[in-house]
Amino acid sequence: MDNLVMTTPERSVMDRVDRPAEPIPADEAVPACTLRIKDLSIWYGDKRAIDNVTLDIASNAVTAIIGPSGCGKSTFIRSLNRMHELVPKTRVEGTVLLQGEDLYSSNVDPAIVRRRVGMVFQKSNPFPTMSIGENVIIGLRLNGVRNQKFLNERLERSLRMAALWDEVKDDLHKPGTSLSGGQQQRLCIARALAVEPEVLLMDEPCSALDPIATAKIEELIYELKTTYTIVTVTHNMQQAGRISDYTAFFYLGRLIEFGPTTKIFTNPSERQTEDYITGRFG
Amino acid sequence: MTTISAVHIPLEERSAQTRMASPSRFGDKAFELLTLTMALAVVVLIILIGWQLWNGSSLAIKKFGFRFLTTSTWDPVAEQFGALPFIYGTLVSSLIALLIAVPLSIATAAYLTELAPLWIRQPLVSLIEMLAAIPSVILGLWGIFVMIPWLREYPFPLLKRFFGWTPFFTGPIYGPSMLAGGIIIAVMILPIITSVSREILRSVPNLQREAAYALGATRWEATRIAVLSYAKKGLFGAVILGLGRALGETMAVTMVIGNTPQIAASLFQPGYTLASVLANEFTEATTDMYVQALFEIGFVLLGITILVNLLAQLLLRTIRTTSATRAVQ
Repeated sequence: MDNLVMTTPERSVMDRVDRPAEPIPADEAVPACTLRIKDLSIWYGDKRAIDNVTLDIASNAVTAIIGPSGCGKSTFIRSLNRMHELVPKTRVEGTVLLQGEDLYSSNVDPAIVRRRVGMVFQKSNPFPTMSIGENVIIGLRLNGVRNQKFLNERLERSLRMAALWDEVKDDLHKPGTSLSGGQQQRLCIARALAVEPEVLLMDEPCSALDPIATAKIEELIYELKTTYTIVTVTHNMQQAGRISDYTAFFYLGRLIEFGPTTKIFTNPSERQTEDYITGRFG
Repeated sequence: MTTISAVHIPLEERSAQTRMASPSRFGDKAFELLTLTMALAVVVLIILIGWQLWNGSSLAIKKFGFRFLTTSTWDPVAEQFGALPFIYGTLVSSLIALLIAVPLSIATAAYLTELAPLWIRQPLVSLIEMLAAIPSVILGLWGIFVMIPWLREYPFPLLKRFFGWTPFFTGPIYGPSMLAGGIIIAVMILPIITSVSREILRSVPNLQREAAYALGATRWEATRIAVLSYAKKGLFGAVILGLGRALGETMAVTMVIGNTPQIAASLFQPGYTLASVLANEFTEATTDMYVQALFEIGFVLLGITILVNLLAQLLLRTIRTTSATRAVQ
């Protein structure tokens, strides 16, 4: 697993040179919180799905979002890269600051937001018409990268980071959908990593996987947090306990409690949190 | 406990029969038989039609043999029948129609499923379906009185000016022509290709779109990499469905194509299709051989339609095996 720790902050700053769309000062020290969410409310039509949430997402850490079904976890995580806007008639109030820039200010292009805040979904969704290799580099191609050498390097590095390289290096031309479910999910992670996002969102990334594949993804998340800021939604309390540094508990669209995972799980200050974690409801 | 033991039969005394055998399912059997009969009826119908056409043209087939397909003389008086100009006209007019209708239909379908604001979608869909409901003969009239004069006035001279150096746009511009026929067929197959394509694009899982958007794709990029490429097999099927319609299209084409059995490179020249000659000449076919020849025309048309469909399916299979296209999961 040593090959995974080949990334340093200097490198990621260097890499940004090839992405001129992102104005990131090279000398800026990494702030402690990559994402700051302030007074965020989201409506679908008349229905308020997220109600006045304020939350700071720590850099290079895993933040888990937990809560019963319908509590707004998915909406919340999708609002962090404006994916929820794919549903018609959404409305947002409040701010989400990514490295100090508001994602929702009027001159921001959601496509650029999504290049900086990557996402992995509940069900793996590789592009079935593309090979494994093409699946990984499609994001870079969309960014206009044509340099084949660079693409090949990035392909290998992304697959290594997703702990998939050794399993697929001889089959890069095969269709992405020829892989097993767990491998497909790691392929999707590699695809998200290839564009070097600053934040990686994971919406229940293991919910469709068997325990062994789940363990691999969890291990991967643990490794990836050295380089990335990760926000993950999970239904699985044990998983939240295992992989996350911070936990946010949502209920009916409101943030009930947020803090270090150890505290939330051992000594929650809210009654509802305790009830949910101990399995009394949800 | 006592009540239970009263009805309890020791395991070894129960025969496999009483535990596993299903009760007789008359309904299932009847339903199966009914659906099987219906499905077979379709096959039998096609075979019967084919046989009828074959039967009705047996004398002509015996007399002309392969020459029927390879010669161009159509002279009922001299009883010389060669169908080549009609075959050519059918294929070329359908090809023109596809070239025009396919990009338009798929673009329309993509607009309707991916881009159009919600409020505009349903009205647009209804309009397109209304286009399909226009009777063929009305479209033909429109073709004669509106489309052809307009084509003769503007697009045809322009084509001649800019593409006159190719053999396809040379010679005098009459109006009724192969190109006019192709265009009217395009109008007629547009609705079917559009609505089938739209259904196919709608069936692309949202997860695919999300995958593209999450990588920072724009709407066009997401439509291209996630939707159109995912759906290309189904879209091909929609095109083939349109082609099947195009080949057999009769009334409107007959009214605008000029009905001259000739093979001309220029698309401004009139042409003739298999379906048109059937429609035009059946009532005036007086001799037995004439009727036989027209029956054979019908047989050839059926054959071409079936052949094109088979080829398309073969092509589809090659796409499936050579490219990375596979069913997800």
